[in-house]
Amino acid sequence: MNRIQQKLHEHKKLLSIYFTAGYPTLNDTVTVIENLEKAGVDMIEIGLPFSDPLADGPTIQASSTQALKNGMTTTVLFEQLKDIRKTVTIPLIAMGYFNPMLQYGVEAFCAKCKEIGIDGLIIPDLPVDVYQEEYQTIFEKYGLINVFLITPQTSDERIRFIDSVSNGFIYMVSSASTTGAKSGFGNAQSNYFERIAAMNLKNPQIVGFGISNKQTFQQATQQARGAIIGSAFIKHISTNGIANLDQFVNPIIS
Amino acid sequence: MSYNINEKGYYGEFGGAYIPEMLYPNVEELRQNYLKVMAEPSFQEEFNQLLKDYVGRPSPLYFAKRLSKKYKTKIYLKREDLNHTGAHKVNNTIGQILMAQRLGKKRIIAETGAGQHGVATATVCALMGMECIVYMGEIDIARQAPNVARMKMLGATVIPALSGSRTLKDATNEAIRDWINNPVDTHYIIGSAIGPHPYPDMVTKFQSIISEEIKSQLKEKEGTENPDYVIACIGGGSNAAGTYYHFLENEDVGIIAVEAAGKGIHSGESAATSVLGKEGIIHGCKTLLMQTDDGQITEPYSISAGLDYPGVGPLHSHLYRTGRGEFYSATDDEAMQAGLELAKLEGIIPAIETSHALAVFNYKTFKPDDIVVISLSGRGDKDLNNYIEYFNL
Ligand SMILES: Cc1ncc(COP(=O)(O)O)c(C=O)c1O
Repeated sequence: MNRIQQKLHEHKKLLSIYFTAGYPTLNDTVTVIENLEKAGVDMIEIGLPFSDPLADGPTIQASSTQALKNGMTTTVLFEQLKDIRKTVTIPLIAMGYFNPMLQYGVEAFCAKCKEIGIDGLIIPDLPVDVYQEEYQTIFEKYGLINVFLITPQTSDERIRFIDSVSNGFIYMVSSASTTGAKSGFGNAQSNYFERIAAMNLKNPQIVGFGISNKQTFQQATQQARGAIIGSAFIKHISTNGIANLDQFVNPIIS
Repeated sequence: MSYNINEKGYYGEFGGAYIPEMLYPNVEELRQNYLKVMAEPSFQEEFNQLLKDYVGRPSPLYFAKRLSKKYKTKIYLKREDLNHTGAHKVNNTIGQILMAQRLGKKRIIAETGAGQHGVATATVCALMGMECIVYMGEIDIARQAPNVARMKMLGATVIPALSGSRTLKDATNEAIRDWINNPVDTHYIIGSAIGPHPYPDMVTKFQSIISEEIKSQLKEKEGTENPDYVIACIGGGSNAAGTYYHFLENEDVGIIAVEAAGKGIHSGESAATSVLGKEGIIHGCKTLLMQTDDGQITEPYSISAGLDYPGVGPLHSHLYRTGRGEFYSATDDEAMQAGLELAKLEGIIPAIETSHALAVFNYKTFKPDDIVVISLSGRGDKDLNNYIEYFNL
């Protein structure tokens, strides 16, 4: 069983953290991952920076631009991560836009992920239909779980289709928006969370976008299996640095 | 070999819709409806009426006598510069605003580089009384002040794109992000034959009025519907797509594309995507684009703000890859000289984008009895400052 699937069997609400590889400085990647695990995080999304991150708000855009300036590339990232499984046991997911993966070669990219011990991928601009037709067999060959997004606008029919193609969890985008912290969740979100919960999907759901603190984490995980924090974490490390990450994590999971 | 789009939204291996799930409902709604809506008699009627009475179509097909004499061939200019707002861009914005209305949208967003598409969008929004938001790179806002003023006068809100390189590519990113944040009431009017399917096809079909008219006008003037060559400049490729459309499947008609070489193809400051680009994904579309080995999209350069897009529309990647199209690229200097020459020989000051198409004579010699039709995509008013600086006028 893949590490993601194992983690999803645990009886707790999961906290997943997204960060941009190579940020704040190029060689922080491994330290951030190790410190997040020590702080008690359940899962990590390692963001591959891209020049044109369409689905991201200002915070992740800025961290991506900085990471690229720092010299981050796909090859550099794989090199940084080559011994990561000697120190880290929680699931690791690579999250990035499709073009850099396409240039690296999708099969070569997947092979490298397996070699390193990456468990899954999130590729916002690789549509589920194209994945199914062209890439699913490659991902499966290397034991990688591909995670798809749904939003409040996604139709029930399409959610069922996405559920049928998924074999890990479904990434529930909390509202129609790019990434970035919101002030909180309102009625529209509660209705959406309840609607999805009532669908009894095969795959558990993890909520992302707009989660920044204990309150939004709890709201999001009332029904869902877990939640993902990105922009708020990036803001934290850009002011407080990458040591003592329990300062950020503890208030959320305690 | 077919040069039209297939049922999955690809031209050969190029095209598709590589979009985040957040955009899926919007793009899918458009995909399911665009052909149906365009085929409705009431749509056709309103579209054609506006093209005639508001845009001023048909645009003339003008035999350029002195230019023909100089290059010893028969040159016709398709006068898109005479359209209302001064370029071909308005053909597309008229079509898309009618589409947006029929889809029940209330709010229009657009990206713009030089400001031509922004002006054409602001114009049709004023015409229809719809809210209009135009994203424009901060750097382009400074470079294209008169067009910014036009958009404001037309009632549009111009929002500076502050991310990345702060030019056209980033304005497009910001427009797409706006659409993600406003998925229900908003239509995104893309300004070229780019973006996720069905945009390249929809924009091409709205612009295809150009080649439709060329056929009937040429029939009248030369007794044949088919020229030997059609020529256009390529930024994203909308005026080119419209100019080629009705000739795509007739291989007796040569298709010529001119890209912007900037300061030279290999100078590091260029926008010659077909030569410098590799297959990849930009703004939801699989196509040729300029990028690093690592797959990061790079910033193109051209003296003309309307040609410095790092990709080309998927139709053009297909025409290039299959050899159906002949591709050239003209440097800043060649384009500026060609623009000046047209002014001197024919009394027409072209947009600098268009001047690139006119620079084709540096690269290709035509036969005396060849009929060569060039898309005169826009007029040079907006570029006067550039011409003044370049030629010390
Ligand atoms: C006059 C003119 N021609 C050509 C272009 C390039 O666009 P496209 O390649 O979509 O025709 C522009 C873009 O701003 C333009 O203003």
